[in-house]
Amino acid sequence: MSENMGQTEIENPTLVVGVIRWIVRKISSGRHALRRQTILKVGLIIVFLFILATGLTQIEGLTPYHPTKYRDAPRLEGPSIRHLLGTDQLKRDVFSRVISGGKASIIVAFGAVALSMTVGSVLGWISGFTGGFLDRVLSLTMDAIYSFPSMILAITLVAVLGAGIAPMIWSVGFVYIPTYFRVTRAEVLQVRETTYIEAVRAVGAGNVRIIVRHVAPNTVNAIMAVSSFNLADAILTVAALSFLGFGLPPPAPDWGFDIQNGQKYLQSGSWWLITFPGLMIIALSLGFGLIGEGISDLVNPKRRRKRG
Amino acid sequence: MGGISRYILQRLLLTIPMLLILLTFVFLILRVMPGDPVMAMLGGRNVSPELIAEYRHRMGVDCPILVQYAEYLGGIIHGDFGDSFRTSQPVVKELFLRFPATLELAFFGLLFAGIFGFGSGLIAAVRVDRPIDHAVRIFHIGSFATPLFWFGLMLQVFLAVKLGWFPVAGRVGGRIAFTFQSITGFSLFDSLLSGDTKVMADVAKHLVLPSITLGFALTGLLGRMSRASMLEVLDQDYVTTARAKGVKERIVIMSHALRNALIPIVTVFGLQFAILMGGAVLTETVFSWPGVASFLVRSIEGRDWPAIQGSIVFIAIFISLINLIVDISYSVIDPRVRY
Repeated sequence: MSENMGQTEIENPTLVVGVIRWIVRKISSGRHALRRQTILKVGLIIVFLFILATGLTQIEGLTPYHPTKYRDAPRLEGPSIRHLLGTDQLKRDVFSRVISGGKASIIVAFGAVALSMTVGSVLGWISGFTGGFLDRVLSLTMDAIYSFPSMILAITLVAVLGAGIAPMIWSVGFVYIPTYFRVTRAEVLQVRETTYIEAVRAVGAGNVRIIVRHVAPNTVNAIMAVSSFNLADAILTVAALSFLGFGLPPPAPDWGFDIQNGQKYLQSGSWWLITFPGLMIIALSLGFGLIGEGISDLVNPKRRRKRG
Repeated sequence: MGGISRYILQRLLLTIPMLLILLTFVFLILRVMPGDPVMAMLGGRNVSPELIAEYRHRMGVDCPILVQYAEYLGGIIHGDFGDSFRTSQPVVKELFLRFPATLELAFFGLLFAGIFGFGSGLIAAVRVDRPIDHAVRIFHIGSFATPLFWFGLMLQVFLAVKLGWFPVAGRVGGRIAFTFQSITGFSLFDSLLSGDTKVMADVAKHLVLPSITLGFALTGLLGRMSRASMLEVLDQDYVTTARAKGVKERIVIMSHALRNALIPIVTVFGLQFAILMGGAVLTETVFSWPGVASFLVRSIEGRDWPAIQGSIVFIAIFISLINLIVDISYSVIDPRVRY
């Protein structure tokens, strides 16, 4: 562990800069620390590969066969040398569809987490810092959302907002707002009572300044660890929404939708239609989960020994 | 009034604003939903404007939103959640008809998660840093990352279709369904009442795959928490003392550590139950399980406002009750807790 690990205070004008500096400090200047972080490295590599593969395969011609236009394969045939992961009922190549099918998942996951992180933590800072009636109402509202099954809420919301990428970002993002609210509010309540905040206040700093410059940066560590786990969960939620038919419209390759499609041919034993998109979802979600594990270890070295 | 009954009352009173917030939220959001329930019900083709207006009136969606809201709240106080647009039956009746199926599934899912999650966490903690510990932890992290519906479909493909060990979907087999009398709605219980071993075996077989699927959603979470909590407890002085006294390791774990390790897990049981209900939506959809969660999904597809509102409030009330029971049960598990 390097010496700067225990340092939690970040002096930054805005949160965005704080987040960026935090990442840079933790990852590049802490290369020394990263050397021992096998979990974090494996996670980063997995996620990087997925983003790279998904990005590249959006360019026409970089998949072995075209994911939507190619229709000359034998119908519903199991994995073979010509078609590594088999073919579907429309004579398309499953491998080509699977490696290019992560677009919606990745965009929605990042979009939703960015949305909920912003809204949730801003509300959390305000609520925790001001206290009083506003805090009570916000906390109660957030608890009401938090205690309700997030999957059901996301499905209801996406049904209201309609299918597609943007509605999915809003619905999945909304569901995670209470998570950030709770994390930041709890941190703020702790920070608020510290001597240095008292000192800053004595000097005459206003509330906004105290929140932005002194309270918010102290909650960044907690937010970062939570968001990686959220990304892992978001991948699964997006897959579930697509599976239920709220994702991208048909010919576009998409893991969740392709699984739903494969379900129709389940009785005939076409296992490859379901298996491979699912394995991709697992791998990507696992990648984010490992990053979360790694960041938690970095942020809280004590946790390493007791990690579950 | 004693401490505990006052606590229960306080909790119940706190539940009301939470339910009200959720209810209002769902009510408002449905009103901005793009689909029109009247058109969804009438089919949308060749319908005269008079008929649409008549239905609009009959379904009560022609009033101003505030009036609708007031009427809806008034109904709920009397336990009336309105009539379903699709089936014209009271929503409460529809929900209670399907509730046993969901409860049955949740119970066996929880049982599975409890046995495998807690069991695997326990083994990992006792054999910490050995190969079995690493294997169990990989299994836990893997189960976090697995989409529930995919896991269910995999079980269907390989165990039901390919091997034929279990039925693919549903609650009772086709032939038995003709003669099967449902009395309580809990099919396993009903089959026991019927006394017919064939029926019992059939119903039990139908339960296996959905329960495993739903339980799998919690296994990893429960397993990780059990492992962490058990490790914490095994580090305590009283465990060292017990070992120093020469108490057998098995007894140290079973009687000294186990109960204390359970406390933090039970604490978040309410949250786990919420995850379970979310998982039930997907499990019931995959296995054509006629429960509350799949009813909600179909209501959303059919723009059935009263049914959507009713299901959500119903699920929220149910989860609040579970949370209350969990809170009360702390004092039973952990005698240090007093209200």
